[in-house]
Amino acid sequence: MKAIVLAAALAALLGIGLLRPPPGSGPDDAAAPVADAAAQRRHGAYLARAGNCMGCHTAHGGEPYAGGHVLETSIGTFITPNITPDPDTGIGEWSAEDFWQALHHGQGRDGRPLYPAFPYPDYTRVTRPDADALFAYLQSLAPVAQRNPPGRIRFPFNFRPLLHVWRALYFEPGTYVPDASRDEEWNRGAYLVQGLGHCNACHTTRNPLGISQGDVLGGGRLMESNWYAPSLTSLQEGGMSDWAIEDIARLLTTGMAPRAAATGPMAAVVSQSLQHLRPEDARAMAVYLRSLPETAPYSRGPAPGLTGDVDRLLRQGEDIYEAHCRECHGAAGQGMLNAYPALAGNRGVTLASPTNAIRSVLFGGYGPVTERQPRPYGMPPFAQHLRDEEIARVLSYIRNAWGNRGSLVTAAQVDRSRKGIH
Amino acid sequence: MTQWLRSIALWLLAPVAVAAASADVQPAGAPDTMAERVKACIVCHTTADKAGRDAYYPRIAGKPEGYLFNQLRNFRDGRRHYRPMKLLLENLPDAYLREMARHFSALELAFPPPEPLAIPPEEADLARTLILRGDPARDIPACTACHGADLMGTAPFIPGLLGLPRVYLLAQFGNWRNGGLMRGQAHDCMSEIAGRLAPRETDALAAWLAARPGTTARPADAAAALPAELARRCGSIVLQSAGPQ
Ligand code: HEC
Ligand code: HEC
Ligand code: HEC
Ligand code: HEC
Ligand code: HEC
Repeated sequence: MKAIVLAAALAALLGIGLLRPPPGSGPDDAAAPVADAAAQRRHGAYLARAGNCMGCHTAHGGEPYAGGHVLETSIGTFITPNITPDPDTGIGEWSAEDFWQALHHGQGRDGRPLYPAFPYPDYTRVTRPDADALFAYLQSLAPVAQRNPPGRIRFPFNFRPLLHVWRALYFEPGTYVPDASRDEEWNRGAYLVQGLGHCNACHTTRNPLGISQGDVLGGGRLMESNWYAPSLTSLQEGGMSDWAIEDIARLLTTGMAPRAAATGPMAAVVSQSLQHLRPEDARAMAVYLRSLPETAPYSRGPAPGLTGDVDRLLRQGEDIYEAHCRECHGAAGQGMLNAYPALAGNRGVTLASPTNAIRSVLFGGYGPVTERQPRPYGMPPFAQHLRDEEIARVLSYIRNAWGNRGSLVTAAQVDRSRKGIH
Repeated sequence: MTQWLRSIALWLLAPVAVAAASADVQPAGAPDTMAERVKACIVCHTTADKAGRDAYYPRIAGKPEGYLFNQLRNFRDGRRHYRPMKLLLENLPDAYLREMARHFSALELAFPPPEPLAIPPEEADLARTLILRGDPARDIPACTACHGADLMGTAPFIPGLLGLPRVYLLAQFGNWRNGGLMRGQAHDCMSEIAGRLAPRETDALAAWLAARPGTTARPADAAAALPAELARRCGSIVLQSAGPQ
């Protein structure tokens, strides 16, 4: 019922979208001839890594770039298209102009609007020469004939013209405009973070339509998963304004820093994309991230009142830690170098929302696979071996040991996460 | 005298040192071994007798590398379903999965004590006949023809059948028979054979196999052990295991 009302309201708004002038041809909109085609393809290959096109356009165990990857979102399931140059099932018939329309304007070859599950609201920042290089690279791949099944988008969102409305209201195409008051390195970092890096695709709050609602890089829950991508502008969460540039660059390219570890979807971003950045690009991103305005000053989380009950609960948590966690994370939560993350002083542990920490303990996981660390160490899943109350206690303990401070975790929170409810 | 001075100095410095240590203990390195890296697996796949709620976990130590590698890829890529392992393996590349397979394949671990044989003698006879002779009338070869005379498997892709819990064996037969759900979307020799077995037969086989003590024999070598006809029947698996290394 709610969906129908929503559909009606959106349909009424449809006019706005349709009345918008078609995408104009600004100064960026013309393809420039290139002198060295091989160098252009190499450049494109690098940019494809920075944009992680392969991560979304490759099925598990499937042919690279042939699509078929399943993407769960709040409006339904997307199955990504084949972007190899196969003429029938891929983008073999596309021109550089068609590709530009997709990456910059979010429009398919037949003119239909594309869903923002393809992060073109970020990719629109990419310059025309970079887009052309990406296209030249994709066209140089071996064509793979693979027709992917259509996605299963729920009513009313499966009605593509509705996207015109969304676009009219929320999407502004435009390449990155350098900030003249900043140096070249900062601008390079901003270009990569806001554009190809599409960090904001995950690190912001979205409503069920997938529309970004929160502050840019202000943190948000990943659609259809119980992962929370922390705010990159708050020192309470994932902000880095007090970090050394080297540590930020290290986190991006290896997934490990002295008091942080990339886990889950962020580990995938590191291994599929960020590890391949040139050192100077990783550094530029670090410089930009470090400069992001701080939205909340650093303060330690609220400590639970130390009553007799709380004290008993934390002691029980400590016993579980000694039995199951200490061998890897250490007696003082210090972790082990290049293998096990420190839990002391780790914001991933003390985030106001404990969902990521609950997830880590329930389901475990391996750190990112990179060229430097092809065999990362792993965290065992405890869902089968510890009860909800036990997991809640050990988490409450690590959130309040070794100088950490955070709210207590309840068995009900663990239970919700176990069942996949967010 | 210097001894005495030093102990005074130590005593004076001690409180500072302790405070520094508790605030920031320097992490040491972890052993650079596969055993350390698969700690995430052995919470479930241990040697210890884990009766009770853990009775379902299959033994993987000593099974042929190719078989283990195939299964790891199957879990990761959604061809065999078990969510905890899928989540764990999600982002790991083939090369690493193969190293894990190699590690467990080379592992020599004591077997858990066999489960008691809780079936009547005629059911046990039925199981023994199928295992040693099969049923030519239904085109079911002897299990030993593929799984090795001592049922310890045939390298590189046929697993040993001993040391597995009865409930695990039952579940595998059930999946093959019903197709789709966990295993057996892929059509192969084993799903074909399992499809021809009656529930009474798979019940007997599972009980009988789980009651056999394990042996320390290594998997037989396929080239020497497997008749060409049977190797051909399992062709889809042989091909799959010849994938990228
Ligand atoms: C977060 C996942 C994701 C990432 C990352 C991603 N894509 Fe996509 N892409 C999609 C989805 C989903 C669609 C389909 C959108 C639709 O159906 O409206 C798509 C569609 C496309 C299309 C249109 C294809 C067609 O047949 O209409 C092109 C071209 C494309 N992507 C190229 C790229 C390039 C180049 C990159 C890297 C710079 C990239 N994608 C990164 C998810 C992604
Ligand atoms: C696919 C979604 C996704 C994308 C894209 C993404 N992130 Fe993340 N990120 C996450 C999630 C989920 C977490 C929380 C898990 C964790 O702590 O590693 C996270 C955590 C982080 C952290 C905190 C790590 C810690 O533990 O302190 C930083 C910093 C970060 N991301 C930076 C970035 C940057 C920079 C980009 C763009 C280049 C980016 N992320 C792109 C999902 C994403
Ligand atoms: C076998 C070693 C091992 C054991 C035992 C272990 N962990 Fe971990 N843990 C890891 C590794 C490795 C990671 C990093 C995983 C990743 O990067 O995805 C990790 C990550 C974590 C994280 C996420 C940290 C972050 O930065 O986001 C938390 C929380 C955690 N472990 C808590 C625990 C608790 C609580 C226990 C005991 C119940 C435990 N661990 C037992 C190895 C272990
Ligand atoms: C939460 C417990 C758990 C963890 C952790 C776990 N497994 Fe498993 N594993 C199982 C279960 C249960 C099965 C049987 C699933 C089924 O029903 O098919 C299985 C099956 C397997 C199989 C197939 C066995 C066969 O004979 O067919 C292999 C190989 C395997 N696991 C390897 C691993 C490796 C390697 C790891 C660590 C990276 C791991 N497992 C972690 C529980 C676990
Ligand atoms: C033609 C050769 C062949 C014959 C005969 C055969 N098997 Fe198999 N079996 C296989 C192969 C190959 C696999 C591995 C399947 C896979 O990779 O998923 C297998 C797997 C199994 C498994 C799974 C073991 C595990 O660890 O998960 C069981 C149980 C099994 N067979 C039982 C039997 C029984 C009982 C018989 C006799 C009735 C039998 N098999 C006869 C080839 C054979």
